[in-house]
Amino acid sequence: MKVRAYGDRRDDGRIQLSFTLPVAASAKAKEAARQFCEKLGLKNVLVATMEKAGRDFSFFVAYGNSDVALEYDSISVPEVTVPTWDFKEINKIIKEKIGRKVVVVGACTGSDAHTVGIDAIINMKGFAGDKGLEAYPWIDAHNLGAQVDNITLLARAQELHADAVLVSQVMTQRDLHLENSSQLIEIARKNNQRGLLFLLGGPRIDHKLGLELGYDAGFGPGTKPSEVASYIVDVLVKRKRKGEGKK
Amino acid sequence: MRFAPRALIGYSPGVHPLPIDDAIVAECRARAGRVADGVHQFIDEHTTVSIERTVLRAYGVDGADESGVPLVNRCVERIVAAKMIGRGAASLIAAQMLSGAKDPQEAAERIAFGSGDLPAITHSSAQLAAALAPFTKAAIVRIDEARRTREQSRARLGTGPTPWKYLIVATGNIYDDAEQARAAAQAGADIIAVIRSTAQSLIDYVPYGATTEGFGGTWATQENFKIVRAALDEEQEKLGRYLMQVNYSSGLCMPEIAYLGAVERLDMLLNDAMYGILFRDINPRRTLCDQYFSRRIIARAGIIINTGEDNYLTTADAVDSAHTVIASQFINEAFARMAGLPDQQMGLGHAFEIDKGIEDSFLMEMAQAQLVRQIFPKHPIKWMPSTKHKSGDIFWSHRVDGLFDLVGVATEQSIELLGMMTESIHTPLLQDRFVALKGADYVFNAARHFSEELLWNPQGRVVARAKQVLSEAHALLGDVEKEGMWSAIARGAFADVKRPELGGRGLAGVIEKSADYLNPILDALEETP
Repeated sequence: MKVRAYGDRRDDGRIQLSFTLPVAASAKAKEAARQFCEKLGLKNVLVATMEKAGRDFSFFVAYGNSDVALEYDSISVPEVTVPTWDFKEINKIIKEKIGRKVVVVGACTGSDAHTVGIDAIINMKGFAGDKGLEAYPWIDAHNLGAQVDNITLLARAQELHADAVLVSQVMTQRDLHLENSSQLIEIARKNNQRGLLFLLGGPRIDHKLGLELGYDAGFGPGTKPSEVASYIVDVLVKRKRKGEGKK
Repeated sequence: MRFAPRALIGYSPGVHPLPIDDAIVAECRARAGRVADGVHQFIDEHTTVSIERTVLRAYGVDGADESGVPLVNRCVERIVAAKMIGRGAASLIAAQMLSGAKDPQEAAERIAFGSGDLPAITHSSAQLAAALAPFTKAAIVRIDEARRTREQSRARLGTGPTPWKYLIVATGNIYDDAEQARAAAQAGADIIAVIRSTAQSLIDYVPYGATTEGFGGTWATQENFKIVRAALDEEQEKLGRYLMQVNYSSGLCMPEIAYLGAVERLDMLLNDAMYGILFRDINPRRTLCDQYFSRRIIARAGIIINTGEDNYLTTADAVDSAHTVIASQFINEAFARMAGLPDQQMGLGHAFEIDKGIEDSFLMEMAQAQLVRQIFPKHPIKWMPSTKHKSGDIFWSHRVDGLFDLVGVATEQSIELLGMMTESIHTPLLQDRFVALKGADYVFNAARHFSEELLWNPQGRVVARAKQVLSEAHALLGDVEKEGMWSAIARGAFADVKRPELGGRGLAGVIEKSADYLNPILDALEETP
């Protein structure tokens, strides 16, 4: 199946975009914006607005038709396959199939000071009505907070005999978060801690990126604590069945 | 476009108050005052390495060694190693001057780069203070002159109408920041904050010189402050409107940044009695000592502080924990008053952080914003946008910001940090700021005198919510008063974050003052009426 952007009619390829050019607003600037869109490959370009965004800056909203068509069936994206268990089911499964508390350690690593994500997953309160991991009687969850360095996080994971390590990366400038995230996996490998489950989360993270950086899974924005818990428990149960249980 | 003149700051008497019990407000204030009193003896009896470095800076000690370590750090480290820091860095500087150093700079260099033991101090405190007297006076004059320069420009050019529009730049490169600051001002911003590099609050020195690389922001340095101020000085003449500059007097170098902000004419500093403890895990003792000295400087400099209560609602729930914001505002006010800060310099913070999926969330936001406005009537209240309940859907987020702007103008908030439709995606692009400003201008203009039309239904939801939040804040302040500040912070009374008195970063930098401790800068600041 071929897919194109859908604006008003199937396959019209109509899209919108907005951008700034570092030139004063003028008829010439508007024409530059139109040509810019054409060079992006758009046709029937409409520069819907040009606004003065500063003495030497112009802001544009533009529309155009894109010919780009994708073969949808040929697109493959690794997706985390997470069973949809709820709070009660997760606790019940841990109790019956693992038989001990699951230990989870999480932190915002490196210079990242933004704990919104890790707090939403771990802290009691949780996120969007879904209780955080601390609320699970069968999960022993530790939120180490912000600006934790990779070595400290791994040392804590060792001390606590953790099953899973959650890494949250919110702040991002020039891909610093990527470098720091993959460094954690490097160190874990050297420490022989690869038996741990490593999960990466954040607004710019998805499962594909998580895998590329060496994590077992990646979770994007909107992920609920129960999804993270289900994923961890599912993997642990499967491992146990295969006799890989580390404890 | 110009609007009818309004009170630049604070609550105008034409606005109709919520029918709340003023006696409860008065009691909250008294309780917070006693909470602050409870730790003040500790503050008076202790100093910190960052306070002592600030004293050196005030005496004009400047520069860094070949590896970039500031001279003030080298100097204080040596005094600490000699176990003489309890006497105050000023004592040692004065002693060096009495044995031949021509000024505090030379004295500091002798201490920092000398070898062997530091000589014992043989002079009396009076002799030491006398040796420093002209430098002490010059230090205060320098702060006063910077204040006068700022006040003159501000009076000459005037500021935009409130809510003042506060915008953030955060490129990591100070020269790009200066360019983006100008563009934001041209698009209508009144206040420019340069976000700091993320880990700066945790490093125990202030980097030196102009910087072009940062992480999630730009390093706060004296030179960087100057570069942005110079850009704003130039731009405000073209625009005919005074432009304000903000940075962060928080973290381990809280008092040093306060001093640098004071002499480089910053207009506002983020400065909170508890923020560093709760959100950066800085030791509680360290922060409480540092906030006092920093606020003494800030008071003298005429800078507006911005407190960080908005952050509470990113970790705790904005509906359930609304009262912790109010309680913390009372505590911040009590500590600020103790440091001589007038109400007109207290930009107490709060935020539009209630879950947008909750029915009547807008009414609850109105109740809280009006309540804060009313119980802190002269304070330049800082109104912060939604950050937690935003998504990558920039169109939806932009609409959230529209309602946020409406609450801001309708309840006469003084300073509004504009919401960004790209919150949670990236640090704002130039166009994000432009769109935010255009939206805020529309709402502020369209609802300019809305506050005068608002009468609160005494039986309605807004009044009920305001009364409930105030009464919970009152109860929380009662608990905090009973158990004391240290214990309240340790058990997680604020923001659901627990910080023990002896935990966190920077405790080693807290030192008990000896009986002959000398700090003429603090003495002069404490004399400020």
